[in-house]
Amino acid sequence: MKLITAVVKPSRLDEIKTALRAGDINGMTVSEASGFGRQKGHTEIYRGAEYTVDLIPKVRLEILANDDDVDRIIGILVSAANTGNIGDGKIWVTPVDSITRVRTGERGSDAI
Amino acid sequence: MEINGADTAWVLMSGALVLLMTPSLAIFYGGMVRAKSTLNMMMMSFAAMGVTTIIWVIYGYSLAFGPDAGNGLIGDLSNLGLQGTIDQVVGGDGHQIPTLAFVMFQLTFAIITVALLSGAIADRTRFTAWVIFVAVWITLVYAPIAHWGFASQGGTGGWMIDRLGSLDFAGGTVVEMNSGAAALALAIVLGKRDGYRRDPMRPHNIPFVLLGAGLLWFGWFGFNAGSALSAGQLAATAMINTQVATAAAAMSWIAFEKIRDGKPTTLGVASGAIAGAVAITPSCGYVTPLGALAIGLLGGVASAWAVSRKYKWGYDDSLDVVGIHGVGGFVGMISIGLIGTKAVNAAGGDGLFISGDPSLLIKQTIASVATIAYSFIATWIIATVISRTIGFRVRREEEVTGLDTVEHAESAYDFTLHANR
Repeated sequence: MKLITAVVKPSRLDEIKTALRAGDINGMTVSEASGFGRQKGHTEIYRGAEYTVDLIPKVRLEILANDDDVDRIIGILVSAANTGNIGDGKIWVTPVDSITRVRTGERGSDAI
Repeated sequence: MEINGADTAWVLMSGALVLLMTPSLAIFYGGMVRAKSTLNMMMMSFAAMGVTTIIWVIYGYSLAFGPDAGNGLIGDLSNLGLQGTIDQVVGGDGHQIPTLAFVMFQLTFAIITVALLSGAIADRTRFTAWVIFVAVWITLVYAPIAHWGFASQGGTGGWMIDRLGSLDFAGGTVVEMNSGAAALALAIVLGKRDGYRRDPMRPHNIPFVLLGAGLLWFGWFGFNAGSALSAGQLAATAMINTQVATAAAAMSWIAFEKIRDGKPTTLGVASGAIAGAVAITPSCGYVTPLGALAIGLLGGVASAWAVSRKYKWGYDDSLDVVGIHGVGGFVGMISIGLIGTKAVNAAGGDGLFISGDPSLLIKQTIASVATIAYSFIATWIIATVISRTIGFRVRREEEVTGLDTVEHAESAYDFTLHANR
């Protein structure tokens, strides 16, 4: 079992949701995030005073998956989140020791 | 004692319009500060409404508009508790209005003038100290200067309006330059906000700033056209001039920004509107609409340039009271000495460019310099005394936390994700 984490542009979220549903992936956690990377921030001006905004808003997606599904999910995420511009984000995968569904107590793959 | 109903109705309405300017200022200023101290910013305006009203009815009106005590410097105490004003009238023959209508109208000017000062000391002022400051400042600074500039008593009233003969229709000296000079003194005595020029201090809600500016624009018609104290030609002139100068300055400020910074900003258009309304305040009853256009265009650029001076000179006039009200008021006062014309107001004067005579310009300069000097010095002394005794600023860690929780046990917005679900 794996945890797929992706940090992507907020404007791609709807597209990603639709693509995951179409791919029969029925669970995802979304949280707001901000950060900096190769994409540069922007400058704002208030009464002539310049402020650099270098933390850029992103969304962080977390998806629990069976090992067999990981590559397919990454493929869905990449195609749905890609705009071709700097700042499209990153996806990484980490191993998961155990998963438990709170309502039923089911463990492992059954809980995904 | 014949009361003119039309004039009275307009002045009563104007009093209400000008009163609305102070809550509008609270919104205008409140949007410009950081979220952690926005309630405190608004609270300073509302406290100004409360404290000033109490003082005005007890003795403030008497000091400002009571019979002159001798030298044109201050009123006497004949109108303590507003005695001698009930059932009385003010105004010339055929244009008399109840004195109490005038008392109310002038009260709203006193309120907004002191409220304006709060913008210079945003995010760091101890609220109790502010309340005390308002009371002392209205007594020792506003009341005398209002007497100088507004108390017309047949040649024996305030020294600027009755003896010098300078022209100030709605408060370029009394309200605008007075607040600008006092704001500079306050900013210097209190010192900079923690993190000034190091941390970003972006306005937290610019739609608030625009709403506040729009409401101030609206209220300013009462401020300027109401200052005619009658509902006729002069009020109409003042109103159209106010509209023209405010609109022109909104555009000239953003044109200046576009050229200097590359982008016209919404904060700039709101600031420009206020700068234009300020510049036309003293001059709205003395210039033509085309004159108002010139004053607005100049006022917007002058203030847009002036607000950036604080970074060069190192004081933290947080919301630019000096650059907008001080500089805008000066532009308006001097412009009367240049392009004022009796063609729009027989009681006005002809400026240098109209008559070739510099005497009015000299009078305008004297009134301006006297107002700035007295206001700055007196405010500096008051602020220093408060600072050295009860303390004018909150502690540094309180400032970092934010004044809303520290001073008022409230917060403007519920930012916590998990509260009250």
